[in-house]
Amino acid sequence: MKLNGAAILIECLIEQGVGTVFGFPGGAVLPIYDELYKRQDRINHVLTAHEQHAGHAADGYARASGKTGVCIATSGPGATNLVTPIATAYMDSSPVVFITGNVPQTLMGTDSFQEADISGMTMPVTKHNYLVTSVEKLAQTIREAFYIAASGRPGPVLVDIPKDVQIAETEYTPATGDELIPALSMKRSLAQLRPNGEALERYKVKAEPRLERAAQLIAEAHKPLIYCGGGVKLSGAEAELLALADRADAPIVSSLMGLGAVPADNDRMLGLLGMHGTHAANIAMQRCDLLIAVGVRFSDRALGNAASFASNAKVLHIDIDRAEINKNVTTTLHITGDARVVLDLLLSRVSQKHHDQWMQQARSMIEEYLSDELFEPRKILKAMSETAPGMTVATDVGQHQMWTAQHFPFLRPRQLITSGGLGTMGFGLGAAMGAACSDPEGRPVALITGDGSFRMNLTELSTIAYYNIPVIVVIFNNGTLGMVRQWQTLFFGHRYSQTTLDRGPDFMKLAEAYGMEGTRVDNMDALKATFKKAFDAGKPCIIECMLDIDEMVAPMVAPGSPIDSFCLN
Amino acid sequence: MYINPKNLQRYTVGVLVDNEPGVLSRVAGLFSRRGFNIESLAVGPTQDREVSRITIVVLGDDAHIEQLVQQLYKLISVQKVQVMKPRNSVERQLLLVKVKAAITEREGLMRLVDIFKAKVLDVTKNAMTLQITGDNDKITAMLGLLEDYGILELVRTGVVALERGDGVMNSDLFD
Repeated sequence: MKLNGAAILIECLIEQGVGTVFGFPGGAVLPIYDELYKRQDRINHVLTAHEQHAGHAADGYARASGKTGVCIATSGPGATNLVTPIATAYMDSSPVVFITGNVPQTLMGTDSFQEADISGMTMPVTKHNYLVTSVEKLAQTIREAFYIAASGRPGPVLVDIPKDVQIAETEYTPATGDELIPALSMKRSLAQLRPNGEALERYKVKAEPRLERAAQLIAEAHKPLIYCGGGVKLSGAEAELLALADRADAPIVSSLMGLGAVPADNDRMLGLLGMHGTHAANIAMQRCDLLIAVGVRFSDRALGNAASFASNAKVLHIDIDRAEINKNVTTTLHITGDARVVLDLLLSRVSQKHHDQWMQQARSMIEEYLSDELFEPRKILKAMSETAPGMTVATDVGQHQMWTAQHFPFLRPRQLITSGGLGTMGFGLGAAMGAACSDPEGRPVALITGDGSFRMNLTELSTIAYYNIPVIVVIFNNGTLGMVRQWQTLFFGHRYSQTTLDRGPDFMKLAEAYGMEGTRVDNMDALKATFKKAFDAGKPCIIECMLDIDEMVAPMVAPGSPIDSFCLN
Repeated sequence: MYINPKNLQRYTVGVLVDNEPGVLSRVAGLFSRRGFNIESLAVGPTQDREVSRITIVVLGDDAHIEQLVQQLYKLISVQKVQVMKPRNSVERQLLLVKVKAAITEREGLMRLVDIFKAKVLDVTKNAMTLQITGDNDKITAMLGLLEDYGILELVRTGVVALERGDGVMNSDLFD
């Protein structure tokens, strides 16, 4: 059938099984919004107050559900407002397809109204991007975009569609099944995809020597340690990872992105590794003699001082992205491939080991956090997790994020939605909204945020209020940009340059302005009761927790220091 | 990515890419944002209309070049990458140079042209335009000698290179 470009785009989204998109209309996407209007029975569009948060929402949707998120924005400022969410998704390997309109091709390059070279601008922060120059290429481009976003190591893909391409008509043939997989998949390596069937057989043959050597490293190790990253979740390799830990009798530490892949209450789990890692995790890292790193990229925040990192260990690195091998940490052996496939193949070659003493030693380093304070972040997080153990939690960036990573026990993958790599303040509300929208059962999502971060995105309260999206906003209000203040305290002689937030808004009045319940709490009883009530109600609301300005995130390792040399306990 | 200046070496990297708009920017952008210094870059179509070949000379050390190759493979538009070993490859660049050439100087210049197997492309009363092809050393040597005559203007292409032997560029992404 003959359709215009805008209609073809919408048909292609339906082909991909897209049910919800986030976006904001404008001049250069009018034809697309016209088609969205006609197909609102098939595609639900969530209108945000700002394109940035539409981008984070699509990202949150993808992180919570594992499905590819979709965001639409207009040309020029609409598109440039997406740069931060695109970069955020890129750093954390989140599959999102960003669609932007652009001015008609006749006007391109003339500095016309709302014109921006968004494909040029986003080259460094997308897995791939497209400027679609003819309507005939559109359907294939959209299919490729979805394929690239979700395959291998996932990531954001941007498709920029000039307005004339949206209007031009061409023959559209719906695709199903295998037709949805574009020809370009043939170019990609076996290791970068999850091979099956005949491809898996070929992969096995190639990987065999490395699998054998890996099994040998595990057989020879006395103190093996598993380092679990976000790649484990992306690959769905949680069960295989635990099975390997059991077989090798190894404790496990996690990167920020890996939290939840192994339940926090599992006996092998030593917790978060890195700058704000647990004693047990960081010290085990320096004592182990074999590090099995799965789906991690060895971020500087996890490594501390790279040269002294895991200095007593041989390093076995399993990752789907060959470019992560030997990038930040030199490996003894690497296996490139999908974590689930590799771990599955490796398991059959590893025999049962027993390292009772090492396990005991690792577990004995786990410290219970104790505090005399009556109302403080760790107690709040503990109480929240007791009320709603499996609840999806989104965060912004700063102290509250690290406290959440340390003290909210994550029990399942995709439970924590946080901006790890880019560290985007203002990520949280959009991401929480997207995560909530991805849940077919409509369960509430908690947004744990700080007063600093929340001021960057609070305009989206209108969105969660209008659509009644069940996001429980828990603001840790300490009246400061707490993490920056912490560094000023520790490293800049207590000179609190531009970090004190002795100004509005009054978050209770704000809640009222957006027509939602707001409660300010300053003690544990009130917090518990309010949170329970909010969780049961499942409606958007704000809970403001009044905290001390000098509260700090501990433990802490100063940047660039060895990972077991804590500057704060 | 930090590279100790003491360990800098010259690498010639051949890259087969999809022949499409923006691909040069993708490749060049990757080099600059990962902190690699491009010494020269040459790009042109190949026998396959849909494929272009980029040859880049870059300074780095072994570990960084390995990282660079793997990063290049992450670009969807990149099909194949090959780091060429100097002993096992041929490389050429082309230099066009306009030198001062008063009548008294012409004979000396012509001797240089002979020695370097250069070509005279244009002669006027005051100047000569020469074409020289060769590897980096030869071109540098020629330029050194021409300096005595007075170089008015010059342009050189980037290096292009092919591996010696019957083999053609291929890649095996899994290792």
